[in-house]
Amino acid sequence: MFLVPAAVYLILFFGYPVVKNIIMSFQAYTTTTFYTGVAPWVGIQNYVHVITSQIFGTALLNTALFTIGSIVAQFVLGLAFALFFRRNFPLSGLLRSLLLLPWLLPLIVSSAVWKWILDQDSGVLNQFLHGFGLGSVPWLTSTSVALITVIGVNVWIGIPFNTTILYGGLQDIPPELYEAASLDGATGWKAFTNVTWPLLRPVVSVTLVLGVVYTIKVLDIILGLTNGGPANSTQTIATQSYELSFKQFDFGQGAALSNILIVISALFAIVYLRLNRKAVDD
Amino acid sequence: MTDNALPLRVATQREVATKPRVKRHRTKWLSTAIGILLLCIMLFPVYWMINISLQPAGPAIEAAWFPIHAQLNGYVQAFHDQAGNLVTSLLIALGSVVISLVIATPAAYALAQFKVKGVGIVLFGILISQMIPGIVVANALYAAYNDLHLLNSIPGLILADSTAGIPFAILIMRAFMLNIPTSIIEAAKVDGAGNFRAFRSIVLPISFNALITAGLFTFLFTWSDFLFALTLTTTQNVQPITLGIYQYIGTFTADWSTVMAAAVMASIPAIVLLLAAQKFIAAGATGGAVK
Repeated sequence: MFLVPAAVYLILFFGYPVVKNIIMSFQAYTTTTFYTGVAPWVGIQNYVHVITSQIFGTALLNTALFTIGSIVAQFVLGLAFALFFRRNFPLSGLLRSLLLLPWLLPLIVSSAVWKWILDQDSGVLNQFLHGFGLGSVPWLTSTSVALITVIGVNVWIGIPFNTTILYGGLQDIPPELYEAASLDGATGWKAFTNVTWPLLRPVVSVTLVLGVVYTIKVLDIILGLTNGGPANSTQTIATQSYELSFKQFDFGQGAALSNILIVISALFAIVYLRLNRKAVDD
Repeated sequence: MTDNALPLRVATQREVATKPRVKRHRTKWLSTAIGILLLCIMLFPVYWMINISLQPAGPAIEAAWFPIHAQLNGYVQAFHDQAGNLVTSLLIALGSVVISLVIATPAAYALAQFKVKGVGIVLFGILISQMIPGIVVANALYAAYNDLHLLNSIPGLILADSTAGIPFAILIMRAFMLNIPTSIIEAAKVDGAGNFRAFRSIVLPISFNALITAGLFTFLFTWSDFLFALTLTTTQNVQPITLGIYQYIGTFTADWSTVMAAAVMASIPAIVLLLAAQKFIAAGATGGAVK
């Protein structure tokens, strides 16, 4: 009884879209469909189109680079912040909660602010570089720099989340273990590799899996900063799927591409959790 | 000189005793200094947003580092353009909070306290739902909403935006309700209260802080939504603030003080939550009626 409303909602707004998306991906589902109500069955043609299109390789590579780059940098910096905040210095609690702000801001707000900071001619970052006698960097307008810039902004957004989860994990490690380790001569780096890291592993797994699952589908930041450009250099599978469905109104191909995204995300989660369970069992 | 010899030695002894503490004290404040510096770097974009929003609009090539000649022109213009969108965002966010709490609270209670079949399936479903990209939901909902005439409507956006709030609210409230001792619910049932009565008069009041926390975060998720606003509206009739900002930055604009003023206005809920939720998150963690 108590579960019914939630179950109905989850079925309508998660279950139905997934099933509908699978069906659409086998249909020629375009704007015409909305007038005629007919979406002819085309088999795997949408998938063939999407995978053989020139942009697929670029989008796949960009998705991989964007996800891996973001996750590695967010995690390392987040862990560094978490270890730093564990020192419990004066004001650490206040500073730690203020750090959450980049995570709580609407993504489109962050995109707008960064877009202006990174503006080639009038942005403050290049203004700052000029102060050191350095030249302007075309942060968002060069095909070779834009992806790195977008990753950088995404890292800025992700640090607070990583810090918070990892800090929570660090707090759960009993201090006695560090005392025992220091008696055995393990302090500093040794204490980290022998005590902190093994005990933090479960939290690390959660952080990384959630990180990948959230990062792989990021859309707001890329659309806000570059719209996938210049020349598709920041186009990912998620943004390309949006492009196909809502710019070119080919919902069938858009659905096919977003299904590929779900499969990649699910595969990653399964493989990672398997490997991790095995590592813990051993 | 010789007179000083004795006190000097005492002082040295005391110094030996207190030196580590002084040193530790100093490293602690050094950490604070580093922490403040790191935070200044991390929050610089937020400062810059506020700084630019207060600058006079104009063709300034180099923006001033401080808003010395502060002006509110950006805010006047942004409010003129975006007031309607702010109201739309507010309505959608409040609607989503209500829907999410109404749907999620009983579910969280059942998942925390009932030992029925299906609990595992629902929990698994919630976790899986986190993996589904918003673009998949948007893709399918666009077609469905088109048939149901829910495109460009506030109820349509409320329902779609709750895809972020409902799973989160269920998980966070369930975590809280797991800590409610079964004994007080059993006691109420012994006194003749049914499941619904026990839920309403025992569980809801105890879980008040968890509800507030879930509600605040749901508000923020919905307020920040961009994807559904972008895909499930086709006209300007229903347009949340996030979409307003996107259109600002999509077209070439020289008037960044207005854009940043709109960004500041869109950030207000996040800043308020940061100050308010601090208390509610702590209260939610330590709450509990029976010791």
